[in-house]
Amino acid sequence: MKTFTYRTATSLDEGLEPGATFLAGGTNLVDLMKLGVATPDVLVDVTKLPLDEVSDRPDGGLRIGAGVRNSDLAVHPRVRQDYPVLSQALLAGASGQLRNMATTAGNLLQRTRCRYFMDATMPCNKHEPGSGCPAQEGDHRNLAILGGSPSCIATHPSDMAVALTALDAVVQTDRRSLALGDLYVLPGSTPEQETVLSHGELITSVDLPDPRGKSAYRKVRDRASYAFAVGSVAAVLRVDDGTVADVRLAFGAVAPKPWRAYRAEEALRGRPATRSSFLEAADAELAAATPLRDNAYKITLIRNLVASVLEGLA
Amino acid sequence: MTTTTERAVGQPHRRVEGPDKVTGAARYAAEYQVGDDLAYGWVVQSPVARGTLTAVAVDPLVEADDVLAVLWHGNAPRLGKADDPELAVLQNDRISYRGQAVALVVARTLEAAREAAASLQLAIDAEPHDTVLRADHPDLYTPEKVNPDFPSESSTGDVDAAFAGAAVRVDVTYRTPALHNSPMEPHATTALWAGDDLVLYDSNQHPPGIAATVGALFDLPAARVHVITEHVGGGFGSKGTARPNAVLAAMGAKVTGRPVRLALPRQALFSMVGHRTPTIQQIRLGATADGKLTAVDHQAVGHTSRLFEFAEQTAVSTRHMYEAPAVRTGHRLARLDMPTPRWMRAPGEAPGMLALECAMDELAGSLELDPVELRVRNTGFDSYRKCLGLGADRFGWHDRDPRPRRRREGDWWIGTGVAGATYPAMIQPSSARARRQPDGDVEVSIAAADLGTGARTVLTQIAADALGLPYDRVRVRIGDSTLPQASVAGGSSGTASWGWAVTGACRALRESGGLDEATFDSTALVEKLNQEGKHAFGAHFAEVRVDAVTGEVRVSRLYGMYAAGRILNPRTARSQFIGGMIMGMGMALHEESVLDPAMGTWVTHDFAEYHVPVHADVESIEAEWLDDPDEGLNPMGSKGIGEIGIVGSPAAILNAIHHATGIRVRDLPARLDKLLPSL
Repeated sequence: MKTFTYRTATSLDEGLEPGATFLAGGTNLVDLMKLGVATPDVLVDVTKLPLDEVSDRPDGGLRIGAGVRNSDLAVHPRVRQDYPVLSQALLAGASGQLRNMATTAGNLLQRTRCRYFMDATMPCNKHEPGSGCPAQEGDHRNLAILGGSPSCIATHPSDMAVALTALDAVVQTDRRSLALGDLYVLPGSTPEQETVLSHGELITSVDLPDPRGKSAYRKVRDRASYAFAVGSVAAVLRVDDGTVADVRLAFGAVAPKPWRAYRAEEALRGRPATRSSFLEAADAELAAATPLRDNAYKITLIRNLVASVLEGLA
Repeated sequence: MTTTTERAVGQPHRRVEGPDKVTGAARYAAEYQVGDDLAYGWVVQSPVARGTLTAVAVDPLVEADDVLAVLWHGNAPRLGKADDPELAVLQNDRISYRGQAVALVVARTLEAAREAAASLQLAIDAEPHDTVLRADHPDLYTPEKVNPDFPSESSTGDVDAAFAGAAVRVDVTYRTPALHNSPMEPHATTALWAGDDLVLYDSNQHPPGIAATVGALFDLPAARVHVITEHVGGGFGSKGTARPNAVLAAMGAKVTGRPVRLALPRQALFSMVGHRTPTIQQIRLGATADGKLTAVDHQAVGHTSRLFEFAEQTAVSTRHMYEAPAVRTGHRLARLDMPTPRWMRAPGEAPGMLALECAMDELAGSLELDPVELRVRNTGFDSYRKCLGLGADRFGWHDRDPRPRRRREGDWWIGTGVAGATYPAMIQPSSARARRQPDGDVEVSIAAADLGTGARTVLTQIAADALGLPYDRVRVRIGDSTLPQASVAGGSSGTASWGWAVTGACRALRESGGLDEATFDSTALVEKLNQEGKHAFGAHFAEVRVDAVTGEVRVSRLYGMYAAGRILNPRTARSQFIGGMIMGMGMALHEESVLDPAMGTWVTHDFAEYHVPVHADVESIEAEWLDDPDEGLNPMGSKGIGEIGIVGSPAAILNAIHHATGIRVRDLPARLDKLLPSL
């Protein structure tokens, strides 16, 4: 493990030296440091900054501080009442102990669990651009079917981020506002670049608009608990008179970022809220999928999940 | 003084060392404080699967004051001859698998050792590697023996003719992936030299065996090596013999003149210390129309390493499990550029009975015969028949609709399955000593290892009864190679083997007419014992539900009924049985070491990626047993119980999945991606 120094951030505007990384709950970063995958020179602990509040917004929405712990957010009364998709996603993630440490912003910025990325002895274009992506031919059963590239097919591992994507969340940094969908960038030929954040740019909160329908999250994994998703769907749905008035859909564990299913949403608005519409909408989104040898099952899985989750909400 | 004492055997005594473990007082191998100059070892593992290591360069910036030694084949001390080539560490330039130890760094701190290890420059001439096992691999050969000493092949009757003439036939191939033991406590050693004598605090299943093996490598008789193994956090076979950590720690201590602690990181447990070979098994069953087996043919393919032949006895249990006039079994191996496979809980039985018991279920389906009844009709073992019958009653088997894909509740397809279990009742020679203490208590000593199973507790019960003393007047000392010699904690033989020696020593003391000490060696008696054909049996029943939307499998109920000799402690026995059953659940549904052929290694090497069942996966689990003492086997009438729980339980789950969904998964683990396309 590389030697590093540690300091505590005391104000939002003190900046970040070269080679430094923000440390929040550390549930992912510290693991990566132990594995030699992340090698920061300096850790700047941001958990003492006043970013741990959840507050109502004047427009009826919610502001979630970047430092709010996942376990606290999952049981927040407004989250449980108005944004059940978020509470469900949080509780489907990790373990109680990890949720007690993990923060909102840290969860958004956690790294892929691609087995090659997690092993410093393996080639990986995220470790070392140009070293190659063994996952393309090797182990990719749980890697991307949407949004990947020949350089990288890593999936974003977060459950929470999938729910936030379906909720149209907006990320506030110390410099700007970003739609959550604009925070992440697809790998293309530069998979080492995962977000649009600049060095030292600090997420301060995540804002949710007012609640816009019934919502739910369903996660599928290889065992009953304590595993990353092999596929998940977050949905927000409003039905008027049997017709889809509004819908927001996001998929997890299928793409390098939480995958907002705009094509499916487009296909659904104004259509009857029936199983056949839901399946057609899923197909519209999944038509763009480019599965590899061992991950085509995700197409069936997501298709089934979309129909099942939306039927449950309709 | 004579008192009337309640028999301790049969009581559900709690583990003697339980309080020490839950309070943290128990010491494991990497936790001993041994002087103020303790150094830390870190193993450098090969990044390629095949090649030669030509040089190791040390970054001078990193080779700071804290680094005490960097050892590789160019400068490491020469070792004596190793029976196990995996232990000839740093002795030559050959690289035989990815992850093989190629260098050792010893430093004053663990951090410095890791950092120096990461910065070493290895000059390697890599060669093309071959890591994929195939049924048509051109290098397949028939080993002379399979583990531990069975003939590789067997044949009675004319299998081909019987199969060809059978009224009903099943011809199927089952595949199991490579699996890793990965016990909770990693392999670890703290080594120090006391003059010319070697002291090893080591996590293992056989302290005297480690002493002999490591001693030979350093040209020491076993008596000059003191192995201390007070507590072990699991082994599942992977600590049955010495592993490279013990040799490297001793080597590092010798070179630096300091005690050296070497605990393997979790990732190294997925390369350096053994695994269960992947298997490809073809099973052919022929039967009469009324369900009598006429032909059984079981051909198993596995791998071994370039270094060492380990041949898993995959098809051996098929030789006795059912009666048929024609039975043939065989094993073939390919030497691959892979680590050496080793013992992993029920080597042979666990993968072999998966294939046999799933094939029996397929045969029952073809015959339209109840799968319990098919087994009853074909076994000659009364205790197996009883397990099936009583287990079926207790599980609630009889109102089952035999047709698959019939029972649906909401999105869940629901089904039940059965499979048989068997494990040989093995006994090995051991010695023990009983010594009266000044206060009248008795100390019983034997160099056994308690892997967390409750061995120490059960031996205390056995000793108390043999002495006629209350349980709390007996203290059992184990985990030290200098105590009377004990056999390995393996093959489910520990309690039977050590218990015999303990019984002998305690009886001898009791009958000595007032001596303070007595010893007993069971070797002569064990060698006279005919162990042939002695088995424990069991029947596993599973109820599963499979989500029609997602393919997720949940095991609603898992039940085991066993005939395994006298049960000496129902509390620790239940833990052994259900622990095996849960490991069987993992084998059926979760566990897989995923191979990347291009990289030449498994890419799963921690518990985030190598899945075992978590608590939420275990919904209802129950183990019960028949009162089945076998007084002719050993003084306790006991049989081993450590492994039988993993035998057949995976097949019961797979059979239940088929009953629920109509889908036959023949390639473990039965994950949702294999079910989803057909749901």
